Amino acid sequence: MHELSIAQSIVELAEQQAMAHKASQVEELELEIGALAGIEISALEFALESSIKETMLEKARIVRRDIPGEGRCGDCEAVFPVNSLFSACPACGSYAVNIIKGRELRVKSIVIK
Amino acid sequence: MCGICGCGEHNHHHEHGHSHDHDHPHEDTRIIAIEQDILSRNNLLAERNRGYFEAKNIFCLNLMSSPGSGKTTLLEETIRQLKGRKTVYVIEGDQQTSNDADRIAALGTPVYQVNTGAGCHLEASMINHALKHLNPVENAVLFIENVGNLVCPALFDLGETKKIVVVSTTEGDDKPLKYPQIFKESDVCIINKTDLAPYLNTDINTLRENCLKVNPQLQIFEVSALKNTGMDKWVDWCGLYV
Repeated sequence: MHELSIAQSIVELAEQQAMAHKASQVEELELEIGALAGIEISALEFALESSIKETMLEKARIVRRDIPGEGRCGDCEAVFPVNSLFSACPACGSYAVNIIKGRELRVKSIVIK
Repeated sequence: MCGICGCGEHNHHHEHGHSHDHDHPHEDTRIIAIEQDILSRNNLLAERNRGYFEAKNIFCLNLMSSPGSGKTTLLEETIRQLKGRKTVYVIEGDQQTSNDADRIAALGTPVYQVNTGAGCHLEASMINHALKHLNPVENAVLFIENVGNLVCPALFDLGETKKIVVVSTTEGDDKPLKYPQIFKESDVCIINKTDLAPYLNTDINTLRENCLKVNPQLQIFEVSALKNTGMDKWVDWCGLYV
């Protein structure tokens, strides 16, 4: 259940920025979560629900951008979609695949009031 | 696009059902681009720990595994064999009890127990705190025994020099495929309890192949910490690092 610490970090990060901009409330929170980031989305949503209580984010809409995984083969350089951390290269069968997209875990933006 | 609050600039998918009807007063709302990693606070602290280890030439190993894979037994045997070669320190992470720390302390090794309570992993701030208590000397080896969990610890950088995943033969040979994140993040994998393999439905070669499927760079040691087999290569690896 590391999603709870992740949710708390999200709230902390967003509140810090909101306060730095002298906001009274965060209206929207935009997140980028990669499919291979090791985050269980439903657990994160549940954790966020409780973490935003009594914070500036209490009424915020939460917008999530899901980023699909993408890998590049270390042997033949092919780029292809991956949905697990141990996908073989579809072109040459190698497992030396570097994940180039899908591990994102970011607060992208907030809308403040 | 709204030029004041920038809300039209979003390029996310509007799956969340609200219509963006712009009925909010534009003067009052602003969009702030943050573009920050959610784990940045932990990562920053981890880098501070890493700087501390580099400055004191401390070899810090973060041991991660499921509960019951034999991390503490492995540590006990490793400490015994490193005696006289390296000064060793241990940070123990568990949800409750000081059982593991007591076992390490019995060997005369300085140890600091972190109880995470409900927490399922160690974070960089806890290591930072533990270091102030332990105050390790230069050129030492510091083992961090993470909370027994094959999922969460993988995400949290502690500032360690190397990440070690321990997997025992009793867990079956497909653990790397079921929990790939931690095997992907690790530098070294220790296959423990090799002495039990003949009695189990676990093929060590398959386990090894599965490890390398997830992470072709993984360095693998096969040991039985309890029976003290295969330990010398691993202990040499711990002791020779400068």
